Amino acid sequence: MNFPFLTIITFTPLAAGLLILLFPAERKDEVRVTALAAAVIATALSLFVYFTYNSAAGGYQFIEKYDWVPQFGISYHVGVDGMSLPLVLLTSVVMLTGVLISWGLDDRPREFFAFLFILATGVFGVFVALDLFHLFFFYEIAVFPMYLLIAIWGWAKTREYAAMKLTLYLFIGSVVSLVGALAMYYTSGLNTFDMLRLAEANFSPEFQRLWFPFVFFGFAILGGIFPFHNWSPDGHVAAPTAVSMFHAGVLMKLGAFAALRVGIMLLPEGARFHMPWIVLLTLVNVVYGSFIAMVQKDLKYMIGFSSVSHMGLVAMAFTTLNREGYVGAGLQMFSHGVMTALFFACVGMIYDRAHTRMMPELGGISKKMPWVAVAFIIGGFTSMGMPGLSGFVAELPIFLGVWKAKAVDVSGYPQWLSWLANMAQQPWYFPAIALISAIAIVVTAAYVLRAVQKVFFGEISPEHDHHVGDVTVLDKTALSILVGLMILIGLYPTIMAPLIETGVMPILKLLKVA
Amino acid sequence: MFFILQHLLSLILFVPAVGALIVLRLPQDDENLLRWAAFILSLFPLGFALLLWARFDPNQPGFQFEEVAPWFTVINAGYHLGVDGISVPMVLLTTLLTPLAILFSFSIKEKVKAYMVLFLLLEAGMLGVFMALDLILFFLFWEVGLIPMYFLINIWGSANRQYASFKFFIYTMAGSVGLLLAIQTIGIALGSFDMVNAINNWPAFSDFIYGISPQTVRAIAFWAFTIAFAIKVPIWPFHTWLPDAHTEAPTAGSMILAGVLLKLGAYGFLRLVLPLYPAEAQTFAIVLGVLALMAIVMGALASFGQNDFKRLVAYSSVNHMGFVVLGIAVAAYVRGSGDPLNGIIAANGAVLQMFNHGLSAAGMFLLVGVIYDRTHTRDLNEFGGLFPLAPVYGGLLIFTSMASLGLPGLNGFVSEFMVVRGAFAVPAFTLITALSMIGLLMTGAYILKGIQKVLHGPVNPKWVGHSLEISTREIISIAPLLALMLIIGIWPSWLVGVINAAVTRLMG
Amino acid sequence: MTFEPFTSATLLAVLPEILLVALAALVMGLDLLWPESRKRTLGLVAAAGLGLIWVLAVIFSRPSAENALIFGGMLRDDWASFVFRLLFIFSGMIVALISLDSPGVSGKGEYYAILISAVFGMNFMASAADLIMLYLAIETTSIALYLLAGYLRDDDKSSESGLKYFLFGAFTSTVMLYGFSLLYGFTGKTNLYELSAALGNVPPLVVVVSALLVLVGFGFKVAAVPFHFWTPDVYEGAPTPITAFISVASKAAGFAVLIRVMLAVFPEAESYWVPLVIVISMVTMTLGNTLALAQKNIKRLLAYSSIAQAGYALVGLAAISTAGIAATIFYLVMYTLTNLAAFAVVILVSRVTKSDEIADYAGLSRRSPSLALAFLVAFLSLGGMPPLAGFFGKFFVFAAVVQQGVAQNNSWLIWLAVVGVLNAIIGLYYYLVVLKVVYLYRSERESEKIPVPRAYAAALWVCVAGIILLGTWASPWIGTATSAAGNLF
Repeated sequence: MNFPFLTIITFTPLAAGLLILLFPAERKDEVRVTALAAAVIATALSLFVYFTYNSAAGGYQFIEKYDWVPQFGISYHVGVDGMSLPLVLLTSVVMLTGVLISWGLDDRPREFFAFLFILATGVFGVFVALDLFHLFFFYEIAVFPMYLLIAIWGWAKTREYAAMKLTLYLFIGSVVSLVGALAMYYTSGLNTFDMLRLAEANFSPEFQRLWFPFVFFGFAILGGIFPFHNWSPDGHVAAPTAVSMFHAGVLMKLGAFAALRVGIMLLPEGARFHMPWIVLLTLVNVVYGSFIAMVQKDLKYMIGFSSVSHMGLVAMAFTTLNREGYVGAGLQMFSHGVMTALFFACVGMIYDRAHTRMMPELGGISKKMPWVAVAFIIGGFTSMGMPGLSGFVAELPIFLGVWKAKAVDVSGYPQWLSWLANMAQQPWYFPAIALISAIAIVVTAAYVLRAVQKVFFGEISPEHDHHVGDVTVLDKTALSILVGLMILIGLYPTIMAPLIETGVMPILKLLKVA
Repeated sequence: MFFILQHLLSLILFVPAVGALIVLRLPQDDENLLRWAAFILSLFPLGFALLLWARFDPNQPGFQFEEVAPWFTVINAGYHLGVDGISVPMVLLTTLLTPLAILFSFSIKEKVKAYMVLFLLLEAGMLGVFMALDLILFFLFWEVGLIPMYFLINIWGSANRQYASFKFFIYTMAGSVGLLLAIQTIGIALGSFDMVNAINNWPAFSDFIYGISPQTVRAIAFWAFTIAFAIKVPIWPFHTWLPDAHTEAPTAGSMILAGVLLKLGAYGFLRLVLPLYPAEAQTFAIVLGVLALMAIVMGALASFGQNDFKRLVAYSSVNHMGFVVLGIAVAAYVRGSGDPLNGIIAANGAVLQMFNHGLSAAGMFLLVGVIYDRTHTRDLNEFGGLFPLAPVYGGLLIFTSMASLGLPGLNGFVSEFMVVRGAFAVPAFTLITALSMIGLLMTGAYILKGIQKVLHGPVNPKWVGHSLEISTREIISIAPLLALMLIIGIWPSWLVGVINAAVTRLMG
Repeated sequence: MTFEPFTSATLLAVLPEILLVALAALVMGLDLLWPESRKRTLGLVAAAGLGLIWVLAVIFSRPSAENALIFGGMLRDDWASFVFRLLFIFSGMIVALISLDSPGVSGKGEYYAILISAVFGMNFMASAADLIMLYLAIETTSIALYLLAGYLRDDDKSSESGLKYFLFGAFTSTVMLYGFSLLYGFTGKTNLYELSAALGNVPPLVVVVSALLVLVGFGFKVAAVPFHFWTPDVYEGAPTPITAFISVASKAAGFAVLIRVMLAVFPEAESYWVPLVIVISMVTMTLGNTLALAQKNIKRLLAYSSIAQAGYALVGLAAISTAGIAATIFYLVMYTLTNLAAFAVVILVSRVTKSDEIADYAGLSRRSPSLALAFLVAFLSLGGMPPLAGFFGKFFVFAAVVQQGVAQNNSWLIWLAVVGVLNAIIGLYYYLVVLKVVYLYRSERESEKIPVPRAYAAALWVCVAGIILLGTWASPWIGTATSAAGNLF
């Protein structure tokens, strides 16, 4: 594994972005082609890495390590395991489809793609990071381009507000985690930021219990955990299509993933201790998110809240501390990433042509945009957890994991929370949570079907009838890729689930539950 | 050839799906190409099913043509297919009805490609349910079959299709939620989702689950399974989605809906509820029998009261499926007790009735579709005296109606007789059976009413001069059904023999 | 204390300064000789000369290992002074480049000569090891800067800024001189490195008072609260290249002397002045950031931003460890590159728009995408975003202070880091607001391109490349800073 695959995957977008910046502003086609080329390269390499990963051996592979700032024990240290590899693939797929869908963007495409690619590099960098500083470095790189992308190319009505809110929220979140990470760095006494070594640092239980919430929530903010999910719907809605795809499809996974890598894997004792109450927050995410989605009239807001709900499932899966739950979390991150990218792509296509996203104003769109209709419907079924699609494959293990979950370590809860500790230890606690979450599935089915019926079927308004045209070949290609992935994983989970499982087992060992 | 035999079930399952993809790639505008391609592609599964039938050995215990492959190993769910004497007739029924339905659908003019693709996918979904031997796989195909049917009703249906399709989908899905939760419980308790494993180990499972006693868990899970399947069959009072769905669906959709989809529910009872919950099923068998009675009687009465021809046939499905449920109830009650003979007879009757009703319901809906296509009305009062105007059609309608009515010599009689014979002899069910005869009486009433209103009486001047006769294509669509109705009616043993062996084993 | 005997090698140590004098003379001479039309080239000559001096300094003037006290103990030849001197020469070069075509200063020989003198003075500030030398250097620099600030005689604002700068500076340097005199009076020594030993016998009150007085003067130079009041007005009124110069070089020079003097002279009084530094740092950061939020003028915003940035740099000093000082030095280098880039863009824009209001930056991204990008890089670096130098700058200072706080169990230091981090968040906000105006807002004048002369382009490229380089490959730079810091203890 000497060829630096991961480095190339990570920096191809950045290189392309810088290259694009050098083009004159009028050369829009060259810009687009370059962007596409970079996306294709990244995707091809990701696929190669995905399929040549040795599942039998497991662990971190394709490792590269170079000294970076040795005075602080900071190194450029990358590698992938079963949890991060699907996400790397997801990022490249979303990048590729995002480029395809943004082909028609006419307002300064040069800057758009450049910033988008800087964002992509940041995201890749986090997924492959095995050094804590390296993770933060790229995490921050992924935060600020969002501001420009949303503020400049977003929906005029709310973009400034949403962009500022999003950036500050995420920055604060990352700062909170950074504080926790620095605490780890200093307390470990190892003078290294290398996560593999920090995982063996044996922090004291008190230390872990104290710092886990900081680190976990700092990152989980980006994952949209209640009650810090507020930035997400506004951010989703205000962002231009490709950015929404990235935002919901990849960025939120970044938060969840970092919460896993840094919070759960480095502070396992803290994870075990805090999960019993964190699961309640995730329950709110799942159920509340779906109910709020139900009352939205703006299609994009509906999808945004649906993302909050589905990401809540990922966080809930993390709290299960068992194999099914974690595999489900990995699958859900991928499946939801693809699905929500698809949704936002469809909404973007509709909005570009009909100039409205309000469901009462739309109708009969399937006559004009059949591909979009089919894609959206398949995405909708995935979101409901319909078997045969990736949503079912992801949500089933999560629910199984929740059923089976047990509160592992609740000694040490303060007096005023002892009621919670007691409740968490009852055998019905987690099953009850699973049952309540099942409500969300039914609600999801309702709002998805309602949206489908309102938007795609029924009568088309005369002005839409005249102005709305079908989507381009590139759009169709992007939609096909996304739909294909959902069906593939749904029917043939073997292609991803065992890989994720190899990544899950070491985590469970760290958590001392395996 | 060996490869085909080794993977026969997978072939049967995947050929329709692959066929759907092939049709998807065909040009949209060449409607004839699409129709014929779909039809020919649907003949392949039929061919394979006939091969299956030929090579199936009724005397060998257990499941045959089993295929096992890793699928979703993380949760211990595998790709496990297999058939026995109960599922083979169902597979045959499905693969037989689909080409006929597609052939009938040649008259569909709008969005032909989408229609054909959905139909083929629907076939794959239904076949998957019958052949699955893994609970998650079963559930997957159970749910997957909903989607094409939803769209078939929603897009190509009649005036009230939005409401009907939505209700159909949500009703069935709601039932499935409970099913899924119960399946999950089984999977967690046993550590595997394999059906054979579950059948062997679940009834005797004795550990506590989530701190609840296994008996309680089994009872709750039993009801979850039962309700989900009851919605599908449908068993009174969960039947209210059926009339709307059947009526609003396009003709071929109704054929499949009544012909196969309802059987999924009954199959679920036989394959899952009875083996997995023998004790609970036995306890509640009487309740099931009473509900079956309600279905038989209410269904018939409701049918009699209809003025819409299609709705009349729809309610007749409730009536006929009531017999299936009665047979199952008897089987559940008798299972494991000393003398299972009555149960065996009743169960045989139930499975045969499933097959028979598939034939006759499909035939009836086809014929309703024929007349609707020409007159654009289903109102019985609008018809009258059409026999001279469409003699062939009239003959076929009478023939099919007689089969549906249960005329001796045709298939309906054999299955209903077996059910009644088996049920009557079981003391607990005697009264129920006696009361269900009222339903049988009403069945005759509504069938004859239907025939009379459509075919007999003075010719309705409105239709004079219209060409109402059934076309050759449509005759070919219904011919195999008619042939089978006759053959089974006079010589049922070729079919009952296959069913009997499996049923006997089911009854212990 | 032994002083190095004078050898020819010693001359190499002050080679840069000698060359600076020669360059200044050359510029003045050329100014007399050349006709008006050619005078613009003076700036290029100055810049090229400074560049050449920089290269020669790197090659020849590296300090020897022993931190020698040369010229009779007047100067200390160590890595700290080396690094700072290179920084000043670099700043001077960039400022000379961006002064070209600036109204009122371009083509003026004395302007460049005074600029070079300012650099000269700062060099000695960084290497001074004796109170007298220190004072001379400070005054040389300050007078040069007063003149430069008020250079535009006909501009009221410039004259006002020059005068204000002069008055403020004179006052604070008097106070500082009084502190120096106390030190000399009580110990009889002027050499910084002899003073600390001698102060052992001096009453602590005197030590503390002299430390405080000295801090006043240095605080002014650094523009820390409460000695910052001159900053907004002076920055706004002075010619923009000089604003840039004051904001980076003068501030860095102030830090150079601050660090050297406090560490060399007052190590014993650390328990008194370190808490003071902590408090000043907290207040400076917070005040600078909060006041910047309300600014509508870019130069004033950058002024308050500079105040805040000084606060961040002070965090490193509060740590009193090699890592902390190294972090401060790294921060100053980062800050120099960043602020120079920002001001370069400001100059270019204001030449065309004739305005320094932030609102007039609307549509900049369309008028000149490359300038907007440079601006973006600079502002994000100020905000502390990777992969730019500002991220590492903030990381190093906060890491150093937390490390020290954990090691010494001093929670004040941890709180300082917390305040710093919170301030970084506030800071990000107003930087983003400016970027929002640049990228998002439209203006009717969008299609008018903004010309970027080659000299400016070169300056911007160097600075932006430096920002990105320090932000990604920080290791050699922090390594150098660490050696520099090590020398100071």
